[in-house]
Amino acid sequence: MDLNFTPEEQAFRDEVRAFMRTDLPADVAAKVKGGKRLTRDDHVRWMTALSKRGWLGVNWPTEYGGTGWSPVQRHIFEEECAAAGGPRIIAFGVNMVAPVIMKFGTAEQKAHYLPRILDLTDWWCQGYSEPGAGSDLASLKTRAVRDGDHYVVNGQKTWTTLGQHADWIFCLVRTDPQAAKPQEGISFLLIDMKTPGITVRPIILLDGEHEVNEVFFDDVRVPVGNRIGEENLGWTYAKYLLTHERTNIAGVGLSKEALRHLKTIARDQLKNGRPLIEDPIFRARMAQIEIDLMALEMTNLRVLADVQAGGAPGAESSILKIKGTEVRQAITDLARRALGPYALPFQSEALDGGFNGEPIGPGYAAPVAAHYFNMRKLSIFGGSNEIQKNIIAKASLGL
Amino acid sequence: MDFSLSEEQRLLKETVDRLVRDRYGFEARQAAAASEQGFSRAMWATFAELGLLAVPFPEAVGGLGGGGVDLMVVAEAFGRGLVVEPYLATVVLGGSLVELAGSDEQKAHILGHVVAGEKLLAFAHGEPDGRYDLAHVGTRAEESGDGWRLTGRKSVVINGDAADTLIVSARTAGGTGDEAGIGLFLVASDAAGLTVHGNPTIDGGRSAEVVLDGVAAEPLGEPGAAFPAIEAAVARGIAALCAEAVGAMEVACETTLDYLKTRKQFGRPIGSFQALQHRMVDMRTELEQARSMAILAAAKLGADRVERERTVSAAKVTIGRAAHHVAEEAIQLHGGIAMTWEYALSHYAKRLVMIDHLLGDVDFHTERFIALTDGTAA
Repeated sequence: MDLNFTPEEQAFRDEVRAFMRTDLPADVAAKVKGGKRLTRDDHVRWMTALSKRGWLGVNWPTEYGGTGWSPVQRHIFEEECAAAGGPRIIAFGVNMVAPVIMKFGTAEQKAHYLPRILDLTDWWCQGYSEPGAGSDLASLKTRAVRDGDHYVVNGQKTWTTLGQHADWIFCLVRTDPQAAKPQEGISFLLIDMKTPGITVRPIILLDGEHEVNEVFFDDVRVPVGNRIGEENLGWTYAKYLLTHERTNIAGVGLSKEALRHLKTIARDQLKNGRPLIEDPIFRARMAQIEIDLMALEMTNLRVLADVQAGGAPGAESSILKIKGTEVRQAITDLARRALGPYALPFQSEALDGGFNGEPIGPGYAAPVAAHYFNMRKLSIFGGSNEIQKNIIAKASLGL
Repeated sequence: MDFSLSEEQRLLKETVDRLVRDRYGFEARQAAAASEQGFSRAMWATFAELGLLAVPFPEAVGGLGGGGVDLMVVAEAFGRGLVVEPYLATVVLGGSLVELAGSDEQKAHILGHVVAGEKLLAFAHGEPDGRYDLAHVGTRAEESGDGWRLTGRKSVVINGDAADTLIVSARTAGGTGDEAGIGLFLVASDAAGLTVHGNPTIDGGRSAEVVLDGVAAEPLGEPGAAFPAIEAAVARGIAALCAEAVGAMEVACETTLDYLKTRKQFGRPIGSFQALQHRMVDMRTELEQARSMAILAAAKLGADRVERERTVSAAKVTIGRAAHHVAEEAIQLHGGIAMTWEYALSHYAKRLVMIDHLLGDVDFHTERFIALTDGTAA
């Protein structure tokens, strides 16, 4: 047993760190660290820098222009990325639809879509959830009817993250409403967002931010050639996507960075004239999270080592998702408490990069409570934590 | 990064797993626990034969040169069997103190007997008002013409009534609570002026209340500077307790899962109810987090002091919380049957909860973790 990274892995960490220093745009990193709003251009500049270095396809094999990194290398990259203030890579193209295209797409589809994902030509979004299909995703109703060499799509998708920026959407649509099981009549379509009949409408979340959207399809004509794999087998491809390469599901690097930020706040805030971090009750709450994060990091590394040795993560992914989101949420909860009364003022304009007005309270205060509320999403999306428990109960415990 | 066991560790694991599985059934355990000494001498002799008593000690003194991971392998298996033999007291704590503080002669002599299964040790350290503070030593050690004599009280000395030799901490200088001025002394169980009152513990073990009244004692190593050795030995003890808890939690989870699948109410297995499924999942999740920290604690026993102590404190917090959670949930998911003495699970639950009362509980180690993290620890 040896819990140290190998010299090669250490050297890799140094290399990643050096890249972050030189190629991560400083203004973008400052926004991430300060909890400021990111523009589409911020994301694109960062991902372009990664792409130029050949590091955007973190999970991709080298034959498609990916890094070919090991699970441990990917973990190191993600950790360093979070520590440096690199925005999370927008996953929908590079980490979600791309693996499906690689696995189930035709040669033409691979040749067309994959390079455009890697060079940032296309911004993708995900069309899975519907108003009536959340955790019970297979009950989706958006309909695709064959008409010659097109499908005609009608219906509504929702919770479409950053769909306002997207060029393309990958959708699960119902092609056979008469199938014996709801999972059996679903197809996987790639749809150009500029196609007539598509309407994107913002959903403003509880933090006041425009992060997700509703997407309406009204007689949208999609070429049959935009279907991945076979008709009515879309659920299989979607499941592959859901179980494939769920790297960084624990979010250890992000939680570590969030904890550092929390400590900065707790050192600055005063209670009875002393730094809040010296308050025994607050410090004990924080210690509990630090310790939970240590345990999570170890559990994550155990799973990574297993995957590196050729194992396939099963229910472990669900454990990592549950504990990872709990820890992350707990940190944001404590950050909110740390602010005391200054968690209340809602100064949305202070989240803009160009803001040079007077902050209400400490300069770091504006995003904290909003971020806390925003992070409630973690235990809901990507398969709610209750769904994860169902998966573990069924797959791992045989209940 | 490599979490696999070495060839020697795999063999050790096979040996101790087989022993617990084949020869340490619940009935035998209960009989041993209920006996006068609270364990089986025959089983102890078997431990000696199999080399289990030699695991953590250097080869130079007849040990197997095992590290934290080897200790973890043994302790985890012992946790699965709810082993009551005085391994923690004699090998992990007592033996480590001799190894870390003793003179070469003392190491060769005492550890030789320990490894052979011929000598039982106990660490008489805690005192009535000391709670978990390792520096809280009020027992006095005084040197006179004919050597050292100890006077004071020691409380909840694990397996103190079985020990041939007590390793007693006593103050040669300074005040209660000072880390400096603490010595370790060897006291024979039949020494004049020594009173040892043994009692059962609620988790099936034994402890003793010890009174020393001018008892003749031999210093273990240099008297007065023993605190670092005590801290290091206790770190090993904590790592062993963490691994033991993981083993016991495994059994508690397995037993509960099995029960959920077989117990029927309302015409179907109770494991078909989602309210219970999710609680079972939570137990397993806590177990995995606890296992991670038990591994980390074992692996860091050789690290420098602050990293080692910070890690074992974090591990003890995680294990304390997880073991408490698993114990209470295991009882609740079983229902009435787990409230009975005859059902094995109830004894696992008791041990799991009581591990938090040994070598520092969740609150103690949370505070200590904070002090070590923020760099204000002495």
